[in-house]
Amino acid sequence: MLTRVAPEKEAELQELLERCHAAARDNTVPAKEALPEGFTGTIGHFPVYFPEEIAHAGGLLPLNILGGGNKLELKHADARMGSFVCSICRSTTELGLNGTLQGLTGFVTHPICDAAKHLAGIWSRNLPEQLAQILYLPQNVNSQGVTRYIAAEYQRLRADLERKVGHPITDEALRTSIRIYNENRRLLRELYRIRRDEPWKVSCTESYLMMRAGTRMPREEHNLLLDRTLDLIRHRALPSQDKPRVVFLGGFCEQPPLEMLETIDDACFVVDDDLLIGLRWMTSDVPESGDPIWALAESFVERSAASPVQHDERKTKEGYLMEMLRSSKADAAILTAAKFCEPGLDEQVAWSKHLDQAGIQYLVLEFEEKMTSFEQMAMQVETFAESLLFALA
Amino acid sequence: MTTAIIEAAPAGAVAATTFDPRVEGQRLIKDWYAGLVDAPRRGQHVANVFVMGNAVEILRSFDFQLVFPEINSLQSGVRKASAEYIRLSEDYGMSPDVCSYVKADVGLMLKENEHPAGRIPKAHLAIASNMCSTFIKWAEIWERWLKVPTFVLDLPGQRASNWHVRPGDAQHAADSRWVEAQFRDLIEKCEKITGKRFDMDRLAEVEDRVNRMVFHWNNVMALNRMCPAPYNAMLDGLTYIGIMNVYRGAPEGVEFMRKLEEQLKSQVARGEGRVAEERFRLLFSGTPCYVSMRRLVELFETWGGVFAYSDYLTFAAGGMDAGELVYDTSRPLESLAEVTALAAQRGLSNQFFAHERLEKQIRDYAVDGIVFHGIKSCRFVSSGMADTRDYLNKRLAVPSLYIESDLIDPRYWSDAQIKNRVDAFFEALNQRGGPAPRAAKTITSDAGRAS
Repeated sequence: MLTRVAPEKEAELQELLERCHAAARDNTVPAKEALPEGFTGTIGHFPVYFPEEIAHAGGLLPLNILGGGNKLELKHADARMGSFVCSICRSTTELGLNGTLQGLTGFVTHPICDAAKHLAGIWSRNLPEQLAQILYLPQNVNSQGVTRYIAAEYQRLRADLERKVGHPITDEALRTSIRIYNENRRLLRELYRIRRDEPWKVSCTESYLMMRAGTRMPREEHNLLLDRTLDLIRHRALPSQDKPRVVFLGGFCEQPPLEMLETIDDACFVVDDDLLIGLRWMTSDVPESGDPIWALAESFVERSAASPVQHDERKTKEGYLMEMLRSSKADAAILTAAKFCEPGLDEQVAWSKHLDQAGIQYLVLEFEEKMTSFEQMAMQVETFAESLLFALA
Repeated sequence: MTTAIIEAAPAGAVAATTFDPRVEGQRLIKDWYAGLVDAPRRGQHVANVFVMGNAVEILRSFDFQLVFPEINSLQSGVRKASAEYIRLSEDYGMSPDVCSYVKADVGLMLKENEHPAGRIPKAHLAIASNMCSTFIKWAEIWERWLKVPTFVLDLPGQRASNWHVRPGDAQHAADSRWVEAQFRDLIEKCEKITGKRFDMDRLAEVEDRVNRMVFHWNNVMALNRMCPAPYNAMLDGLTYIGIMNVYRGAPEGVEFMRKLEEQLKSQVARGEGRVAEERFRLLFSGTPCYVSMRRLVELFETWGGVFAYSDYLTFAAGGMDAGELVYDTSRPLESLAEVTALAAQRGLSNQFFAHERLEKQIRDYAVDGIVFHGIKSCRFVSSGMADTRDYLNKRLAVPSLYIESDLIDPRYWSDAQIKNRVDAFFEALNQRGGPAPRAAKTITSDAGRAS
């Protein structure tokens, strides 16, 4: 890697990125005695968005359950889920059945798609000792009364978690958690600013690993990690390269394999994406004063991102794609979808037709978290990047 | 839910009354399609709705002509035309792995709405609930292509296993408030689209008819607890829920259900079952394969197996038979919200915790086996099915069969493979001793309550 930054700083950065990578590879649940200070249990939550602050304030470490990657062998889930169900739901089921997620205090899924909703049933049948439930985040965020409804749903969750931990989750604890998470969101926004303004300084893969590390550790610890890593990245003096600027879509739920992101990084600057969008769901700070539950509920409605699995009259899917392209000054889009992901596959068609009309180039890719061969994809991406460079020349 | 064309006369019964539900069902569906085709000429406003969570009561009070795109899609399967629509949509770019109903509808749009039953009018409004997540993606396609204003009706479902919400408790009150707030927005939208003022009395009238329909529908369902079962839930039952959906809240729907109950009661009184010699009572879990439903049922009836119950008759008929759900017509809007919130949890979203209700239904209908039908393109019914089967196998000594095909995509119907599995299932049932032909037994349910 070409670098003009002090070698020891680059070494430190690589060490931190390796720590992130190790966290990303980790699917296990820490034993109770190994939990970070202040935590007494763990809440696993499925993508996309979960108000982690509520669990965090209760002393339950939120763990974003992101499937099994391409190293997990399915031994149980194949017999429990149809072959036509997406990889992340199948591998999450496997992690539940093979004991990896046995130690969770609870598991929460969301009405993002029907396969995801079924996970709550699978959990309750196979891991009955855990608090397994669907957090019914609304698909209609445009009607009067929606904030009140979400607040009631969050209060229900809060009460369920209180019963589980055996003590109240106070407003003050919630406000403290909101402050910690606001800081985390600010740092992630800074990471994406660098991606947009100086994409040669941090690749999509590195950025993804930095974010994903946060799904496995307390946010206060992640904030320290991000803070230091961002500082090192800012001072990185890598030369810019002749690569097209693209946005990546389709990573809102099932995680693309790292090798896939690396393949794209090799040929393109990915200047924006929807990877782990749930961690960045709030686009600005959640109010740190007043009723904290109301603040979280109101933020879900008024200051939130977009994804193919959230209907919002104010944000059409084409609209946010175009805004992403515009704000990141991208030349083109890579439109991906996880195999068997109904919302992703539907959106891929809509987006590609829209970009056809807008005269913007795009590449369509389908992936699975468990895929292991990337040669063909690399060829597609390289050809796409070359055609973009030729067109832009 | 379907019409007509699917089915032949009952195998073992001769109706003693002049009412033939199959013929009458066909006629009503034909009339409905004629009404659709003619709606633009009449200047009637049209709404696209789904069968689960659709606020039909409000739409009827505004005189919307209702289009059920799911029924259009399944009808294309029944009429052996779905393959062409699906091919068109896949050529357009739709994935082979998404809902075949959606693809048939996209194909329909690509064919300028020319359906085997006639030209389907363009909607002025679409309502999509979150009960099936694909509904929302589907409605977004209409928004894009046809510029149809869409209203997403968010119905909070069952949150967890052992979820016991009672009318009037705090959870029910919170959910009902949210649903009511959305209904008020929907009403405003309907007023703008139609130029009509909302009429609370008309809503109450529609609700009264729904109450009566649901009353008879519950009795119809309960009558199949009898041995022999008077109808096949996955054949005759499909016609019945077709009417239940399309004519929900309409006078014709009430009359159909009333006569159906009467006719089935007389059939039960005569000891007439759907099959000549009922040997096995079965429960069908999942959605039908409309391109081959008649064949599938034949594979079971040949062995004397009858589907006494199907969960499809609950969730695909709006879920109102899943509890004591009756509209209070003295407070129509509030009651609509309260009942809708409960029906969403007890009758629709409980699909995600299917083991709980299946355990009960196995007992209620005294079934000898369960048939799970996994649908390749329907994650709503299929994703948790194999796990549910495993759970029930471990806890109840009820044999089960798992087969896979599709709603309307004929490419996924493998006749020889399915027949082999069905035959093996019955051979296993026979080896277990197989029940002797049953004598009629008394009704144990509340069927036959005075109206």
